[in-house]
Amino acid sequence: MPDEATGIGASVKRVEDKRFLTGKGRYTDDINRPGQVHAYILRSPHAHATIKGMNKAAAEAAPGVIAVFNGEDMEVGSLPCGWQVNNKDGSPMHEPGHPPLARGKVRHVGDQVAVIIAETLEQAKDASDLLAVEYQTHEASIHMDKALGGGPLVHDEIGTNLCYDWEIGDEAEVDKVFAGAAHVTEIDIVNNRLIPNAMEPRAAVGEYDRSDDRYTLYTTSQNPHVIRLLMGAFVLSIPEHKLRVVAPDVGGGFGSKIYHYAEEAIVTWAAPKVGRPIKWTAERSESFISDAHGRDHISHAKMAMDKDGKFLGLKVATKANMGAYLSTFAPCVPTYLYATLLAGVYTTPVIYCNVKAVFTHTVPVDAYRGAGRPEATYLLERLVAKCARETGISQTDIRRKNFIPADAFPYQTPVALQYDSGDYITTLDAAEKAHDVAGFPARKAASEAKGKRRGIGYSTYLEACGIAPSAVVGSLGARAGLYESAEVRVHPTGSVTVFTGSHSHGQGHETTFAQLVSEKLGVPYDAIEISHGDTDKVQFGMGTYGSRSLAVGGVAIDKALDKVIAKAKKIAAHMMEASDEDLEFKDGKFTVAGTDRELSFGEVALSAYVPHNFPHEELEPGLDEKAFYDPLNFTYPGGCHIAEVEVDPETGVVTMERMTAVDDVGRVVNPMIVAGQIHGGLAQGIGQALLEGCVYDDSGQLLTGSYMDYTMPRADNLPSFGVGTESTMCTHNSLGVKGCGEVGAIGSPPAVINALVDALWDLGVRDMPMPATPQTVWNVINSAGTAAAAE
Amino acid sequence: MPTVSMTVNGKKVSGEVEGRTLLVQFLRENLRLTGTHVGCDTSQCGACVVHLNGDSVKSCTMLAAQADGAEVTTIEGLADGETLHPMQEAFREHHGLQCGFCTPGMVMSAVDLVKKNPKASEAEIREWLEGNICRCTGYHNIVKAIQHAQTTMSA
Repeated sequence: MPDEATGIGASVKRVEDKRFLTGKGRYTDDINRPGQVHAYILRSPHAHATIKGMNKAAAEAAPGVIAVFNGEDMEVGSLPCGWQVNNKDGSPMHEPGHPPLARGKVRHVGDQVAVIIAETLEQAKDASDLLAVEYQTHEASIHMDKALGGGPLVHDEIGTNLCYDWEIGDEAEVDKVFAGAAHVTEIDIVNNRLIPNAMEPRAAVGEYDRSDDRYTLYTTSQNPHVIRLLMGAFVLSIPEHKLRVVAPDVGGGFGSKIYHYAEEAIVTWAAPKVGRPIKWTAERSESFISDAHGRDHISHAKMAMDKDGKFLGLKVATKANMGAYLSTFAPCVPTYLYATLLAGVYTTPVIYCNVKAVFTHTVPVDAYRGAGRPEATYLLERLVAKCARETGISQTDIRRKNFIPADAFPYQTPVALQYDSGDYITTLDAAEKAHDVAGFPARKAASEAKGKRRGIGYSTYLEACGIAPSAVVGSLGARAGLYESAEVRVHPTGSVTVFTGSHSHGQGHETTFAQLVSEKLGVPYDAIEISHGDTDKVQFGMGTYGSRSLAVGGVAIDKALDKVIAKAKKIAAHMMEASDEDLEFKDGKFTVAGTDRELSFGEVALSAYVPHNFPHEELEPGLDEKAFYDPLNFTYPGGCHIAEVEVDPETGVVTMERMTAVDDVGRVVNPMIVAGQIHGGLAQGIGQALLEGCVYDDSGQLLTGSYMDYTMPRADNLPSFGVGTESTMCTHNSLGVKGCGEVGAIGSPPAVINALVDALWDLGVRDMPMPATPQTVWNVINSAGTAAAAE
Repeated sequence: MPTVSMTVNGKKVSGEVEGRTLLVQFLRENLRLTGTHVGCDTSQCGACVVHLNGDSVKSCTMLAAQADGAEVTTIEGLADGETLHPMQEAFREHHGLQCGFCTPGMVMSAVDLVKKNPKASEAEIREWLEGNICRCTGYHNIVKAIQHAQTTMSA
C-alpha cells in the first residue's frame, strides 16, 4: 500500500538524521585509510608575484616529511573550465591555463604553490615554514575597474584582463524603445562578493592501489562523477574505469563544492608517488582563500516605461568578476544564468544586456546558491521598486500591472527562456496576507513612537532551475550534458535500492527520493535505500546544484520506476497466466481485471529472481532498471518575498522584523524539507543583504578571511520566517516538480534592501548598498540629507 | 610526549599527545570519535562543542592536556543506547538539521542551554546560539527544536 505517511506530500522525518545526530555521519575528514599520510598546501601570500625560486631541501629534510612537490614537479593538465562563452563577435572567450600547483606566477592570495606530505599534519605544517620560496611581487589588479583600465595583467599571455564581452538582445531595437519612452528609470547596482562557507571545510583523500592499478579519491563534492571526468580526463589522464570518486556525507555545498579543485588532483596524483594514501583537509582560513567565491557584479540598468508605468524595454550593462582563473562553471553564471532571467515575472517586450567578464588577482568566482539568478533578481527588483517611486505607482500596483498573466503560459521571453507555468498574482496575494501587510502602518507607527524607522520591501521574482536540457545548455556553450541517471534495483525479497546520480549534502534525498518509491511501488518505506555519491556504485551522475535534484534526478528515478513496473507487470502476467494489458498495478498489488486474482509486488520480485518457469526467450529474470532523464526545459519556480525591517537611525542597526516568502516550487514531495530549504536560502539572502561582504584591500589581501571578519548570519541576526507555497505544476516533467533549493537566496536580498530604502526614504535615503551593516546604514543616513535637499 | 587521561562518554581513556594537541584532535584522531567536528580555526563556529565536566566547551579552544582528569561527553555519548536524548529527538522531529555538520556541536550546546536556562525565551535561545554557526537551516527549525526540548527534557 502506498502509505499516506510516506508517499508524495508527506512530511516524512528524515532517514539521514539518526546518523548525523549521534555522531555517526561519515564526512571526508572522518575517513582514515591504512598507512595514511597528510598533505599541507603552501599557498601564496601575494596576489601577484613571480616565483623566482624555491629551495625544498630544508623542508624535505624536516622530521616526518615524505615528499615536497611544486608546480615544476607536477606536470599535469590544466584544471578545466566546463563552459565556453563567446564574445559578441562570435570569437571564444579567453581561457588561460590553471595549473594545480602554480608555475611561474601566482595570481591570487591563496594560490597553491607547493604541497608538503608528511607522517602527521603538524610535521607537514612545521616543514612548510622551512620551504623557502623567493617571490618577486608585482602590483595587482584587484578591482574590476582597475583590471579593465590598464591595470596589471592577470595572464600576460592573453594580453587583456577581459575574459569575454558578451551580449544578448538587439541593442538598436532597445535603444529605439528608450528614445520613445514616457519615462526612464536608471539604477546603479553592486552585487556584493560573497564567500560560500559551507560548514564542512573542503577535504580530499587520495589513494592508489598498485595491485589493480586503480585510484580512489574521497572528496567533499556535490558531483563525484563530474570530478571523475574532469580530473581523470583533463588533468591526470586516468581513465574512468581506473578511477573511483567517492563523495560521502558532505557538510553543505551551496555551489562551492561543484568545482574540480586543485587539491583533489594533488592528493590523487601524489598518492602513487609516495605509496601511501594522502589526506588533505582545509583549515577555515584556507577555505576563505581557496573555495570559489560568489556574485561580484557591477551593473547599470535602465527601464523604459509608458506614461502608465508599463515596462517597454530594459537595458543592462554588467561587469562580472571571474577572479584569477576560470573555475569550472564560472563563465555561464553572469551570462546564461543571469541575463536570461532579466525578464523576471514581467512582460517587458525587449531586453538588451551586455556582460564583460573580468580577470582580477582574486580567488576564482563561480556559482553560489542561486548563481546568476540572485544577481538578476536583485537588479530587477531594485529597479522595479525605483520605477514605482519615480512614477508614483504603488510597489504592488507596478508589479501587478507588468506581471505575465497566469493565462499567458507557455510564455516566451525576449531573453531565450520559455516559462511553462506560474501565477504571480496568487503568490503576491498570499504573501501579502501571510505577512499581514494590512497591519504594517500600525507597526510602523509603533516603531516611530520609539524613535525607530520601519520599512517594507517586496521582491516578486522568478528563477530558472532544474538545470538541464542538454541540447539547450550545449547550444549555449556547456561542455557537458545536464541530464540525470537513476537505477532502481529491486531485490529478491522486495526491498529496493535506488542508485541516483544526484548528491545529497543536506537536501535530504535519502528521505525524499524514498518517498517517490514508496508512492509508486507501494513498498514499505523502511525497505527502501537511496545510494549516492560513489562512482563505483552509481552508473553515472551530473550531481546536485541549480535546484536540479528532484526536477532532474527525481524524475529519472520516476522513469526507472515506470520501467520496473512495466517489467514486473510482464512477470505478474506470466505468473497469473493473463495478458499484461489486462493487469492493473495499484497500491502495491497486481490484479487481473474482472477476476479476484492478485499478486503483491513482493511476490513478483521474488519470482523475478526465482524464475523456475520463465519463458526465457520472452522474459528475462531480474528486476533492475535504469533510466537517464534529459528534460525538455528548465523549471521556473517563482514567488513573492516581503521583508520588514526596523532601523535605529542613531546607530544604523537594522533588525529583521519579519520575513515572509510564498513560493511556487511546483509539486511538493516533503513539505517539511521544502520549508527547511527555503529557511536556509532566506538566511543566506538576508546574510548577503545585511551582513556578508568579501573585502580585499588594494594589494589583494583578503581582509575578511575568518569568521571574526566575515559576518556569517547567526541565530540572533535572523527572525523566525513565514514561509508558504502556492504552487502551479511544472508542465514538462512527470512529477510536476520545479525546485526549492535556491529560491530563498534568490528572492530575498532585494526585498530586504527595498525595505531599508522604504524605512529611510523620509530621511532622504534613495539607495542602500549591500551588505547594509550598521556602519554603512549610518553613513548612508548621514549623507542623505544632501541628496534629499538636491531633489 | 605527555600522557593525558580522562573519562570520555563514561569510559576511561588515556593517550600520548604533543603539548600542542587540542582536545578536539585528541577526540577525533586518538579516540576516533569523529562526531565532533572542526568547522573553523578561530573558535567561532561551534561544530566542536562537547561537554567538559558538564559544561559546554569548544574543544578546539583547549589543549588535550587541559582536559586531563576531566569527564568529557561527546555527541556519541549523548543517547542512551538506541534511545535518542530528548534534544536529539527534538532536532529530528523539527528538522533542525540538514547537512549535519554543525549538528553535533549545536545539539551539545543546546543541551547545556536548556540545563542552565530551562525556560529560555526565543531571544535568549538565539543569543545563546551566537557561538554556533549553521549555514543550512537559517536557525528557524533549530530554535523550534530547542523550544520543544525545553518541554521534553524537563518531563
